[in-house]
Amino acid sequence: MTAASGVAVDKAAHTPVDWTAIFKDAVLAALVATLLALPLIGLQTYDIGGGALGIRTHFDWVVMTAAAVFAGRLAWQLRPRPARRRQSGNGSLFARLTAWTSRQTLAIALAAIAFAVALPFLPFSSRYLIDLGTTVLIYVMLGWGLNVVVGLAGLLDLGYVAFYAVGAYTFALLARDLGFSFWEGLPFSGLVAAGFGVVLGFPVLRLRGDYLAIVTLGFGEIIRIILLNWSPVTGGPNGISDIPRPSFFGLPFARSAPDGMTTFAQFFGLEFSPDQRVVFIYFVILALALVTNLFTLRLRKLPIGRAWEALREDEVACRALGINPTNVKLSAFGIGAMLGGFAGCFFATRQGFISPESFTFIESATILAIVVLGGMGSQLGVVLAALLLVTLPEFGRAFAEFRMLLFGAAMVAIMVWRPRGLLAQRAPSLRLAPLPRPDAPR
Amino acid sequence: MTGPGEARQPLLAVEHLTMRFGGLLAVHDLSFAAYPREVTAIIGPNGAGKTTVFNCLTGFYRPTTGRLAMHINGEILLLERIDGFKIARQAGVARTFQNIRLFAGMTVIENLIVAQHNMLMAASVFSIAGLLGLPRFRAAERAAVELARHWLDKVGLTECADWPAGALPYGAQRRLEIARALCTGPALLCLDEPAAGLNPRESAELSELLLAVRAERGIAILLIEHDMSVVMGISDHVIVLDYGRRIADGTPAEIRADPNVVRAYLGEDEHQALPEATAARCGIGPTRC
Repeated sequence: MTAASGVAVDKAAHTPVDWTAIFKDAVLAALVATLLALPLIGLQTYDIGGGALGIRTHFDWVVMTAAAVFAGRLAWQLRPRPARRRQSGNGSLFARLTAWTSRQTLAIALAAIAFAVALPFLPFSSRYLIDLGTTVLIYVMLGWGLNVVVGLAGLLDLGYVAFYAVGAYTFALLARDLGFSFWEGLPFSGLVAAGFGVVLGFPVLRLRGDYLAIVTLGFGEIIRIILLNWSPVTGGPNGISDIPRPSFFGLPFARSAPDGMTTFAQFFGLEFSPDQRVVFIYFVILALALVTNLFTLRLRKLPIGRAWEALREDEVACRALGINPTNVKLSAFGIGAMLGGFAGCFFATRQGFISPESFTFIESATILAIVVLGGMGSQLGVVLAALLLVTLPEFGRAFAEFRMLLFGAAMVAIMVWRPRGLLAQRAPSLRLAPLPRPDAPR
Repeated sequence: MTGPGEARQPLLAVEHLTMRFGGLLAVHDLSFAAYPREVTAIIGPNGAGKTTVFNCLTGFYRPTTGRLAMHINGEILLLERIDGFKIARQAGVARTFQNIRLFAGMTVIENLIVAQHNMLMAASVFSIAGLLGLPRFRAAERAAVELARHWLDKVGLTECADWPAGALPYGAQRRLEIARALCTGPALLCLDEPAAGLNPRESAELSELLLAVRAERGIAILLIEHDMSVVMGISDHVIVLDYGRRIADGTPAEIRADPNVVRAYLGEDEHQALPEATAARCGIGPTRC
């Protein structure tokens, strides 16, 4: 060992091998493995008849495990390493991807929109694929809505699904009791949800960070529990069914039109197919999502959007500059909630049936995960994250019960790899025009 | 410049300001005035209550007792009665912070545009004119960018206008914070230790900048500072606090000669003025020689 360290000192410039440290490390790993393996591998229960359990010991397996861990750890430490360690900052794939997307944002966005528009007509398209696309787009829209609250204003909201639920139930109730159609109900869903957003905003004005998260989480649960228990109005756990489907400028998608009306298929002289409605619904959510995107992008460049971001950065400084934090927070909550309400209205009409089961905490968590994984404040990142989060579990179906495990592992991997989100690059809302971008800052 | 007998209209008149935090008397019966187009410095040892005075003036604290009157366009505005966030807009008091508080993730120019929020928000008519991009809003936005560019030129940061504010070197961040406060169009600019952490050359540049700001816009400056080269160089009027009380008030020359001040604050240079016991304790008395 001393000879080895001597060699290591001689070749200090070359990669030195510190045998003592490596050996210690491997022994430690083997020790931990032994401790873990003793109960997990070393003891095995079996049925000794009459419902009683006996214990078998397998200490040979424990020894084998420890030896394997020791050897494996040693091999890992001695693996050939590249001369210079790769920096995760500049060289990594996603960092380059982020830099590229920030330069080509418009082109990528246009290509993505073109693909989304063409999707139903592509040869490999199927009803399943379009349904999946609709789901992805709902989450994209929700992600963009929540992005206003979390990404721009920096208000951690764990109860966003409440506004989604309020939007959905507003439309469902308007349709059931007052005979509203989807297009008539849409603005009301948004307005009512925005109202709830402001109502939630008031009590949490003084809260930030974790405290705000807890209150919003509670708010989300309150809404769900009210929906569950207010049976005379919301139908309780049975929910509301027979919610009307959207029509194409008054033309319904149906096999036969009720008295005197023309169906979409009849009007355009097409063969009736249930797929027409699926494709139409897909385009409705595509349009809603794109309007949401344009709306939020525009708001970001307005004083209100900059005030949101300034509030996220430093509330004290905002007050000193004469910005009313109350208005800024309430507007963020209200507008975020309104967008969630629109998405909820769409969800109700798409499913035709809603119940409180669709609005559990896991939905809030998924939407928040989309925003955080995508990179706070990044519109393209939200799309990417929504695609990942909705399609990953679909691809994972082959793994049956390990599906959620894989899903969780993928999320952990993303956060380890890209702690600030997939595409975390903030584009300034304004540039001092004539100046070229400084290519070598500092 | 400020003869005590001279009857001039002050811009800011602080009368009998007391701020108590539980048992701690941070500021005790403090009265002073800041005059238009003048630099008024507040100095004092650490913990003397200087920043507390600023926090009372800018609405972060509500004073226990006292009257803080701003004389703007012949009107008197009582700062202690105005909501904190309205002070910048209504009374024209802007401030910077001891520990820099920039919007670090936003660019330099965005920081300066955010400072003009109220003007732009009015022009955007609940964001509707802004969403539609009406000419009225576009004009307001252009004016905001022009004002931002003006102050950027003054503080010498035009080159870095599109950098994230957090990426600027320390001295530049201090200057940017001053520019941001100036973008609110203040009548009184309150600077909390603007020279902290600056090297002597940067401190000298800061003094020049502050004099230029005063000369150009006639903005009165209220300055908390430990760097005596800055304080003595540009102040018209210095107020010394110790343990929340005013112990001296006068021109820089008067302050320099004031034995109370020397004892409380500049004692190191004038150790013969210290009582012998104190001097011995501080290790600067004859015992050390």
